[in-house]
Amino acid sequence: MKNENLYKYILGIADNSLILGQRLGELTGHGPSLETDIACTNISLDLFGQVRSYYQYAAKIAGDNRTEDDIAMLRKEREYVNVLLVEQPNTDFAYTMARQFLFDVYHFLFLTELQKSKDLTLSAIANKSIKEVSYHLRFSTDWIKRLGDGTEVSHQKMQEAIDGLWTYTDELFHQTEADIAMVSDGIGVDVTKLKEAYYNKVNAVLEESTLQIPESKWFQKGGKKGIHTEHLGYLLSDLQYMQRAYPNMEW
Amino acid sequence: MTTTEQNIDQILIPILEQVSDPEIPVLSIMDMGVVRTAVIENNSVKVQITPTYSGCPAMDVIGDDIKAALKVAGYNSEIELILAPAWTTDWITPRGRKALEDYGIAAPLSAEADISVLLEGKRLVKCTNCGSKNTRLVSQFGSTACKAQFQCDDCQEPFDYFKCLK
Ligand SMILES: [Zn+2]
Repeated sequence: MKNENLYKYILGIADNSLILGQRLGELTGHGPSLETDIACTNISLDLFGQVRSYYQYAAKIAGDNRTEDDIAMLRKEREYVNVLLVEQPNTDFAYTMARQFLFDVYHFLFLTELQKSKDLTLSAIANKSIKEVSYHLRFSTDWIKRLGDGTEVSHQKMQEAIDGLWTYTDELFHQTEADIAMVSDGIGVDVTKLKEAYYNKVNAVLEESTLQIPESKWFQKGGKKGIHTEHLGYLLSDLQYMQRAYPNMEW
Repeated sequence: MTTTEQNIDQILIPILEQVSDPEIPVLSIMDMGVVRTAVIENNSVKVQITPTYSGCPAMDVIGDDIKAALKVAGYNSEIELILAPAWTTDWITPRGRKALEDYGIAAPLSAEADISVLLEGKRLVKCTNCGSKNTRLVSQFGSTACKAQFQCDDCQEPFDYFKCLK
């Protein structure tokens, strides 16, 4: 492939949205209330919509017979390069919202920069997506505050969720070789430069929500290289079931 | 400010005005402001549309409906989805806003007012049933991603509010 780095770079962005979209989609009919159920699945729909734009572009760059659906559905676990954060399960509603918030803050900062990409397709997708993501961020921020600064039980559950997911935040700012190549071409975003703004924003919201900022300095990594937690395999078996059982099916 | 430049052949306007959003049948795609370009080249029409929301399932249907409407008028057509400049609710025409209100969907407020009703509990959205502004947010997301759910505390009517996208 001629533009292999660009192809990998696009997958690095899109896989996060695909996997998080799938996680949120699992809540269809299972949200804690009708309103939050609809909200989570609408956010999922936004993410899937964004993913389609990215994968369509990636398929074009691959230049073979690959389609957006092949990229989404037919890769093996080790070929997905999403961060570990987004594949974590919907343990409870506090976890679901904490995961969303910790990703949304990053996603918003990332897309803000991606709008300046020299690659016009990527900057256009970013320009479109950021409008949607600003709604996601407002929604998840609101829930961090409501649960954090809520009842004793909701506070405790939200604190546990933040503590449990904190270890996955640092990976957002790791660079792959494709990332570094794309940054030097003026196409990619230098994520290392987003780290400070990210923790400033996250910490400010946690403080306002009366939550403790975790002190642990030990962080998990691997997703960006295809090394995942045990949760991804189960998620993929669900996501890919129809295409695996009935290859090339359409409806 | 993003550019709102449009290039639509006058002859095609009445045809495109017959096509509506399948989820909001009263709103033509022209009034929704999704058509950027529609030009005739050798009896074939090239149409460019901008998606409202990335994941909006209506966009595929809208593309098919445009093709069908142009076919009836004797044109082959090619639809292209363009992302930049991104669609904004500012592109909904005054006639489109009126159609939304008549249909029971409150039209988008300004970006600032939108935040204050969705996050700060301000009562600014006008009830589509009785016109009162004594309304409250029920859910930030409604029946589709583009809408939020509201209820009027004067007449008790629940209704959708089309969120501001800027
Ligand atoms: Zn009313």
